[in-house]
Amino acid sequence: MSRYLAKRLFMAVLVLFGVSFATFIVGHLTGDPVALMAPENAPQEAKDELRRHLGLDQPLLTQYARFVGRALTGDLGHSFVQGTSVAGLVAERLPATLQLAFAGFVLSLLIAIPLGIIVALKRNTVWDFVVTALAMVGQSAPGFWIGLMLIAVFAVELRLLPVSGYGGFAYLVLPAITLALQSAARLTRLVRASMLEVLGADYVRTARSKGLRERAVLVVHTLRNAMIPVVTMAGLEFAELVSGAFITETIFAWPGVGRLAVTAVYQRDFPLVQGVVLFAAFAFVLINLLVDLLYVAIDPRVKLA
Amino acid sequence: MIRAQPFLRRNALGLIGLTILFVAVACALAAPYVAPYSPTSISLVARMKPPAWIEGGSLSHLLGTDNLGRDILSRVVHGARISLAVGFAAVILGALIGSTIGILAGYFGGWIDSGLSFLIDVQLSFPFTLLAIFLLATFGGGFWPVVLVLALATWVNYARVVRGKVMSVKGQDFVHAAQTVGVPTLGILRHHILPNAVSPIIVVASFSMAQAILTEAALSFLGVGVDGSNPSWGTMLNDGRSYLQSAWWLTAMPGIAIALTVLGGNLCGDWLQDRFDPRLAR
Repeated sequence: MSRYLAKRLFMAVLVLFGVSFATFIVGHLTGDPVALMAPENAPQEAKDELRRHLGLDQPLLTQYARFVGRALTGDLGHSFVQGTSVAGLVAERLPATLQLAFAGFVLSLLIAIPLGIIVALKRNTVWDFVVTALAMVGQSAPGFWIGLMLIAVFAVELRLLPVSGYGGFAYLVLPAITLALQSAARLTRLVRASMLEVLGADYVRTARSKGLRERAVLVVHTLRNAMIPVVTMAGLEFAELVSGAFITETIFAWPGVGRLAVTAVYQRDFPLVQGVVLFAAFAFVLINLLVDLLYVAIDPRVKLA
Repeated sequence: MIRAQPFLRRNALGLIGLTILFVAVACALAAPYVAPYSPTSISLVARMKPPAWIEGGSLSHLLGTDNLGRDILSRVVHGARISLAVGFAAVILGALIGSTIGILAGYFGGWIDSGLSFLIDVQLSFPFTLLAIFLLATFGGGFWPVVLVLALATWVNYARVVRGKVMSVKGQDFVHAAQTVGVPTLGILRHHILPNAVSPIIVVASFSMAQAILTEAALSFLGVGVDGSNPSWGTMLNDGRSYLQSAWWLTAMPGIAIALTVLGGNLCGDWLQDRFDPRLAR
């Protein structure tokens, strides 16, 4: 167990190094930040001084080493535009992102798991067809467009909910549904497929043929096994919601990390973008690591090498 | 006649998907002939007309008009050109990059495989769209930059599937036979390994086409996509968004076009996957 953990941790650290290097290089390819920060008519000496002050006159590898060294102590640099610390900005926005991601995730599971199980049990009925078709369409429509249509119906037409913004529960409803629908469309199909596979397995047939009641077959033999692939996928979905909800956050003016990132991109705030990408990758890697550990706990067949 | 029904039943979803894609491609190719108006012709007297079936709409503008009086149906039809061109180009480029890397990693194994697999792991744990937006916002959008970014976003899918397929094929007798009689490595890869990887590549290509169209729409929506005189569906969504309060159809119509086309790609992908290899993991 500890060897497996060590190996996984080592991989995670390597991946984070890869990501940090990639963002660092991209950031440097994107032009001279001094030219963006300084007024156009600033004298050359002033620009050089600013460059020295920011450490941009050092060789690339030195700059990267300094960046990593600081990042390890939690210092992700300072935003060019706002002048405050990147780590602070991300930390300030994190609660809103987690709140939205969590709401979307729970809602998605509440839709996908019961629905997937029911249509798997009622295979090839009208219900199965309708739900599968809806899931396919939900997977095919752009998530942000679903969000816009929800705004058009529930905020503009019916005036039931606010169009966008941050505040009480009412503001959470539409963005959470937007995220949940996209994620539920993928998960429902997976739950259904996984249930069907387990229902056709030999051990389920054995359980039935030895006379177990249908309820016992379902609860004891089917559900638990069918949920194993779902846990992995659900973990990935959650990681995706935490690190990838930036368009949904932008549409609903939700003050999370994603919207911070989009704004930073438009302002070419290179340290802030770098910090957010690094944070998102960190969250992604961490959640995946936790999912793998959970996997071991629920599936005793997994042998750790 | 007795056989016709099972064939239709088994292939119904695939045929629907193919039909959707066929209609979309036909619209794209024949856009000037299909579209009733020019996508850019402005008519200030016919601004913000709703679709024909809603009060105030008329049959001369079936899907209504936008804030400049441009015909939405014509713009959606012309938009198919950009979305599909971007999609196809991204699929071809992504398949080339991903399959090459997958074949090299799978066939040679060892440190080449470790290195390339690490690259795949890094890419998969990366919020790639965010980086794409960053790159495009800085260097500017356009057709080829967007295609390149989409190819870089999708090559992993090909690489993973092809690597697995190659690894399962390379231990088989016909490959050993070719090696023994001295076929050069490049020849083995081209004539003995690659043909076996074609069906998984086609499956991934269908799904990637769908993914590319969705991502292009998202990029254009954020204003960093394909910029041009012709409308793309994502750009139309972005333009329409400001009028969501008064004219929902500006946003609804291009979104439906995207959803349908992507659905076509996904249906084809599902269908091909079932036909080629029912056990191929997605």
